[in-house]
Amino acid sequence: MITVENLHKHFGGIHAVDGASLTIAGGSITGLIGPNGAGKTTLFNVIAGVYKPTSGRVLLDGEDITGLPPHDLFAKGMLRTFQIAHEFSSLTVRENLMMVPPDQPGEALWSAWFHPSAVRAREEEVRARADEVIEFLEIAHVADERAGNLSGGQKKLLELGRTMMVDAKIVFLDEVGAGVNRTLLNTIGDAILRLNRERGYTFCMIEHDMEFIARLCDPVIVMAEGTVLAEGTAAQVQSDERVIEAYLGTGLKNKATA
Amino acid sequence: MMDILNTLALLGNYLIVPGITYGCQLALGALGITLIYGILRFSNFAHGETMAFGTMTVILLTWAMQSVGISLGPLPTALLALPFGIAATVLLLLITDRYVYKFYRQQRSTPVIYLIASIGVMFLYNGLIRFVIGPDDRQFNDGTRFIMKAREFKEMTGLREGLAIKSSQGITLIVTILLVIALFWFLNRTRAGKSMRAYSDNEDLALLSGIDPDRVVMIAWILTAALATIAGTLYGLDKSFKPFTYLQILLPIFAAAIVGGLGSPVGAIAGGFVIAFSEVAVTFAYRKVFGYMGYEVDGLMQLLSTDYKFAVSFAILVIVLLVKPTGLFSGKSY
Repeated sequence: MITVENLHKHFGGIHAVDGASLTIAGGSITGLIGPNGAGKTTLFNVIAGVYKPTSGRVLLDGEDITGLPPHDLFAKGMLRTFQIAHEFSSLTVRENLMMVPPDQPGEALWSAWFHPSAVRAREEEVRARADEVIEFLEIAHVADERAGNLSGGQKKLLELGRTMMVDAKIVFLDEVGAGVNRTLLNTIGDAILRLNRERGYTFCMIEHDMEFIARLCDPVIVMAEGTVLAEGTAAQVQSDERVIEAYLGTGLKNKATA
Repeated sequence: MMDILNTLALLGNYLIVPGITYGCQLALGALGITLIYGILRFSNFAHGETMAFGTMTVILLTWAMQSVGISLGPLPTALLALPFGIAATVLLLLITDRYVYKFYRQQRSTPVIYLIASIGVMFLYNGLIRFVIGPDDRQFNDGTRFIMKAREFKEMTGLREGLAIKSSQGITLIVTILLVIALFWFLNRTRAGKSMRAYSDNEDLALLSGIDPDRVVMIAWILTAALATIAGTLYGLDKSFKPFTYLQILLPIFAAAIVGGLGSPVGAIAGGFVIAFSEVAVTFAYRKVFGYMGYEVDGLMQLLSTDYKFAVSFAILVIVLLVKPTGLFSGKSY
């Protein structure tokens, strides 16, 4: 469970996150929506340790993790994907997946030379897990392709696959559906739901596609101007006056109702 | 027919054999530059001096071994001293990283700051080397000098032109081939090597994976130390050891790494040979070649005086940067 307490992040005079407080319950798929410039991605980046907050705290299961660097958060089971898919472009899909699990003895020169059996055993274990992920995501046909050659949607699947290589406590998805076609979006949605139900993954996702959100997320948190504006089910927030106002602007709304 | 064979022998002796040797030396040097660029993302100006430091320790150990009568027979004693020289250079680079570059990594400094820091490191190594071994020319090659002498070649073939192959040239080629095979096996087949490639591809993502960044950086320095010491020693065996030449050779090495594409190991090797052959071919006197082809000419028929050989790498560098800024093998474009 993640608790964000009164978080502020200022870039010079711009208050990108301006006193946001929210809770992401364990086992939930929490959606984070809001108009452009609402501070969603900045909030993500502060939670994920990319930025240090100007003030405020972030707690993971009660433990203060404010400002910890990303790799420490990774070690604590907090994973994220990126708005623009990241991949190791010169490695194959399978190798990309195999990079994720920590504590692989093959990485140390010493053990690589002197404990080859331990290295091989761990590598087999990691490879088996990678194959399982490849099967789960139905990407066997590109498993030995260089990740740099994948389509945008396939890279998003790979991003999701990476989070499955370790036992994650919580996964942050930054616009995992952006620029992905319908069919692939459904595949990604199915995978998220299955991970949530079968393996108990907690997700927090920034998304713009309301249909996609309505299908997956409960609750949905709406941000505007750096703070939390509303929280509820997808249906609730969609009919919330303040939310409509934030998305459309007061002027437009008056015109629409006039 | 004889003329053609004589021409080939002539070109072999003065162009191809020296070109291959010099190409190997530049390639090994450029691999060190490219590895550090791929992992730590800066152009390491101290690399020439790293080569000189490695060679210096090899020379000191060679002398020590010679004084107690250890030798490798026909092979240079330096080959026996090489592993110890590499160990000393690894130590030097790891200490440097701990006390210089690590600070800038924690500050998340921009590449230009690393680059300037590396110039400082260069001056430090520079002083250290002159302090220990002095600025003079040192010969440390022992063992058999030639695999094939020019006279033997002439007697064997009956040609007028001789083709000589020095032992140092043969050793350079063999060691380079073995080293490059080992390096590529390491980068493509082992977990540690793949981690390095992953880190080089996408540092942000590597930090969010099971890759230990400190370990990747350490392995990069260890490989660089090994490559630099071997490249420097081979160069020293082939020519002679003079600290200043290792500063000069930095230019063609950088040119090789950039021409091939910074960050690309294959590119570094290709770049090394492109630069080496251009330099040798442009400064070669073609008069005798014209002679064998039936044209009597007065001049040396040299495109460029050897004094200007370093300009060749510059010229190729400029052309490549204009035509294909990412280098022949498209390394990183920044």
